[in-house]
Amino acid sequence: MKNSDNQLRDSREEKALFTRRAVVAGGGVLALLGLLGVRMGQLQVSGHQRYMTMSQANRVKLVPVPPNRGLIHDRNGVVLAENRPTFQLLLTPEQIDDMGATLEGLRRIIAIDETDLERFQALMRRSRRFQALPLKLRLTEKEVSAFATQRHRFPGVEVEARLTRHYPHGPHAVHAIGYVGRINEQETRRIDSSRYAGTSHIGKTGVELQFEERLHGYAGLERVETNALGRVIRPLERVNPNPGEDVYLTIDSRIQRVAEAALGEYRGSIVVIDVRNGDVLALASTPMYDPNLFVHGIDSRTYRSLEQDIDRPLYNRALRGQYPPGSTIKPFLMLAALQHGIFQPEDRVFCPGFYSLPGINHRWRCWQRRGHGHMNMADAMAQSCDVYFYDLAFKLGIDRMHEFLAPFGFGRRPGLGMPGELAGILPSRDWKRAHRGEGWFHGETIITGIGQGYFLTTPLQLAQATAVLANRGTYRPPRILKALRPLGNGEVNTLTPQPGEQAIRLSDEQYWDTCTEYLEKVVHGSRGTARSIAADLDYRMAGKTGTAQVFTLGQDEQYDADELEERLLDHALYNSFAPAESPRFAVAVVVENGGSGGRVAAPMARAVTDACLRYIPDEAPEPTEAEEQHV
Amino acid sequence: MSDVATANRLTFMQRHLHLDGQLLTALALLAGVGLIVLFSASNQSFGDLQRQMIRLAVAFAVMLALAQVGPETLRRWTPWVFLAGLVMLILVLLVGVSGKGAQRWLDLGLFRFQPAEIMKLALPMMLAWYLSRQPLPPKLLQVLFCLVLVAIPTALIVVQPDLGTSLLVCASGLFVLFLAGLRWRLMLSALALLASTAPVFWFFLMHDYQKARILTLFDPSRDPLGSGYHIIQSTIAIGSGGVFGKGWLNGTQSQLDFLPERNTDFIFAVFSEEFGLVGVLQLLALYLFIIARGLYIATQAQDTFCRLLAGSLALTFFVYVFVNVGMVSGLLPVVGLPLPMISYGGTSMVTIMAAFGILMSIHTHRKLWAS
Repeated sequence: MKNSDNQLRDSREEKALFTRRAVVAGGGVLALLGLLGVRMGQLQVSGHQRYMTMSQANRVKLVPVPPNRGLIHDRNGVVLAENRPTFQLLLTPEQIDDMGATLEGLRRIIAIDETDLERFQALMRRSRRFQALPLKLRLTEKEVSAFATQRHRFPGVEVEARLTRHYPHGPHAVHAIGYVGRINEQETRRIDSSRYAGTSHIGKTGVELQFEERLHGYAGLERVETNALGRVIRPLERVNPNPGEDVYLTIDSRIQRVAEAALGEYRGSIVVIDVRNGDVLALASTPMYDPNLFVHGIDSRTYRSLEQDIDRPLYNRALRGQYPPGSTIKPFLMLAALQHGIFQPEDRVFCPGFYSLPGINHRWRCWQRRGHGHMNMADAMAQSCDVYFYDLAFKLGIDRMHEFLAPFGFGRRPGLGMPGELAGILPSRDWKRAHRGEGWFHGETIITGIGQGYFLTTPLQLAQATAVLANRGTYRPPRILKALRPLGNGEVNTLTPQPGEQAIRLSDEQYWDTCTEYLEKVVHGSRGTARSIAADLDYRMAGKTGTAQVFTLGQDEQYDADELEERLLDHALYNSFAPAESPRFAVAVVVENGGSGGRVAAPMARAVTDACLRYIPDEAPEPTEAEEQHV
Repeated sequence: MSDVATANRLTFMQRHLHLDGQLLTALALLAGVGLIVLFSASNQSFGDLQRQMIRLAVAFAVMLALAQVGPETLRRWTPWVFLAGLVMLILVLLVGVSGKGAQRWLDLGLFRFQPAEIMKLALPMMLAWYLSRQPLPPKLLQVLFCLVLVAIPTALIVVQPDLGTSLLVCASGLFVLFLAGLRWRLMLSALALLASTAPVFWFFLMHDYQKARILTLFDPSRDPLGSGYHIIQSTIAIGSGGVFGKGWLNGTQSQLDFLPERNTDFIFAVFSEEFGLVGVLQLLALYLFIIARGLYIATQAQDTFCRLLAGSLALTFFVYVFVNVGMVSGLLPVVGLPLPMISYGGTSMVTIMAAFGILMSIHTHRKLWAS
């Protein structure tokens, strides 16, 4: 800019220079495009005959062969998910002279409704005439045989068998198994297209989704010869698909059934864990639904009725139901109190039916309005005295409560690996600041002492925490997969459970025994809240009842179950392990609006524990290496 | 003077919409041909056609919008656009979304986009901006600086890895240097140097699949079901088309699924099979017209920045055509570049039309020189 004369002269020169270069570039473009033209001429004029011949001989096509999906078994080999041949009716438009008459004739022997017809006609518009198109997807055996006798009347129509997923027990264990459904657009983008070539279904929930990688297998290929129009004439060679692996769950179908029967018409969940290896023996959630509905594409009306059902059958309560633990949290807090020297077992707290703090005009009520009188630790546990635990919680404080409860697995995902597991909430000062944006109040500490307030747990978490309690502080990750059988016919490989880890160390190992002793009194004691199930019990059970409030009563309102809508009743909870002296099975029961933990939930746990003791052989599992070292 | 005359000769469309009628007509024609071929290449799917039309509409809108932005504004933005492009290229390596084995996309929540696309415009803008501030032809030191500017984004795109795009970005930068009058002597010695380092690339820097593509170029039957399959099937498609083609929707190679990626990178083979040499020559002529018009616009531009930018954009468009057609007809190794305005897919189409928006802006914002 200093010398505008110079600039102007330069810019003229620059313009000329640019124009020269542009002309050179243009020449280059012309030459290279010419080269392309020549190449095209070479291919399309001089090479035309040769390529035309090659094009007509171009008749070998690759057709994918989908693999068979792995089966799902329970721990004893009972088949929970299998593949069944289903028959579909295929029409090849090219080979059918009079489509109208053919359809009319077919409708006389096979039930074909308007939806089938509409879908077929839509397919026909999109496809080529030599392609075989499905008219009806699931033929009954009667229809198959009826068609077989008359097939000569229908040239261009055939019945094709293909394997589809089938759940032989219907709703049984549906929330653990899950189901497969047609691959949707989102999944198409995610999956490896060559592996899923020819596959139409994919795991959508539960174990079917969790182990999709293993269950699916790898597609094979078939090279087929086609005619010039692309119709298959004969197969040339075949690379067989690799079938998916068979999966053996830790679930015991018999125990699962007992759990489902025990829940009956209630909404709720029962989770059973073998405390010695972390095996989930039952994972029940009610109400249930039939997974077979989803395999062939559920119609929107049925889906909507399931989705909008007030009882929410699709909802997996065992993994996703988040409930306040209620009084079932008390044994854990009792241990915390012993560990921190808050209470000794003989220390007494007077329960007048409510708890109050000096200077605060609020009364925290005990469930027993009359009051329990003087309570030591054993009484407080057996009778589930709230006032004792209000006082305990107040003296323990939220920080120590949070710190002590976390290693039991509260507030984090149990790590079963099943899709959709929720973590619940183990409240703390940090949690509240992060999620509610405010500090912690004393009153909240007090209600946390009876498992109310912000505290939320899932049935799986409760079972797991109970297992840790039964294991005297050893945390064994829960697992759902017991064994795998690769390639459909190989050896069954039983997986070794992960080693346990000493998650909680108490200053005095005796405290575990104290806790178990008091929990036995809940069941076997004369005033225990679960004493009704103790009759003719031939083993010792350690349990704890709980009720979780669905809504909060005003301070002076009376609790009257009759006046409340059934859905406003408290949730009934019960956790237990048995046999008390050498624990094997941890059970968590949550019954939505069940009212009473002792009357409703405890008998279910008893039935399930009875089944466990009957069905699961008592072989002491070999301690893993890590545990040996610890011992 | 002639400039006055030029300004007076601006048509109504040029003056008010800032569009160039000839270029617009040719592009619209090309888009029309594209839709016709795409319909055949995607098994007569109206859904694909509809999606492509939406993309075309977006691309034309982007073109129209950029045509309104004057070259002065563009020049002011240039360093910032380039800098933002670089930052995004680095971001995409750190937090980008992967797909098909490469990490190319940034997920902006609403949509994903490839920062490499921005570089196709930002790099030539940057070089044109830099060189227009220097007396031309550029001196050695300036050339070296330019080469660094080219190398950084190119390298960032190569490691994604996206060979096709990095090639285009690199070319768009080198075109600016060439048009700025880079000495022939320098060019020839650089070429010689490149040729002597080729073995280094081959043995240390190239992925196996990239080597395979080059090897199969010389002998497609090396890997008839792998990378050679594309070339074999596409040359069969083209050759069997002959002089007059098999007719629209009647190409057996494409209709019977023998031709892979036939609605994206290999769509030219479908076109050749169905419309024959006659159609091919007409299509190439249409491309030639567009490129020539772009170069003409460049020579008519009133300052160095506009000239260099316009020239580079026109030549980059040519690279698309040449690499794609060369690849499909077996002259060049398989590099993932679409046939501009015809292949199915939206990302590069928007960039291409943005480039034409800039070209139109340069042509229609010419002013009278105050004497």
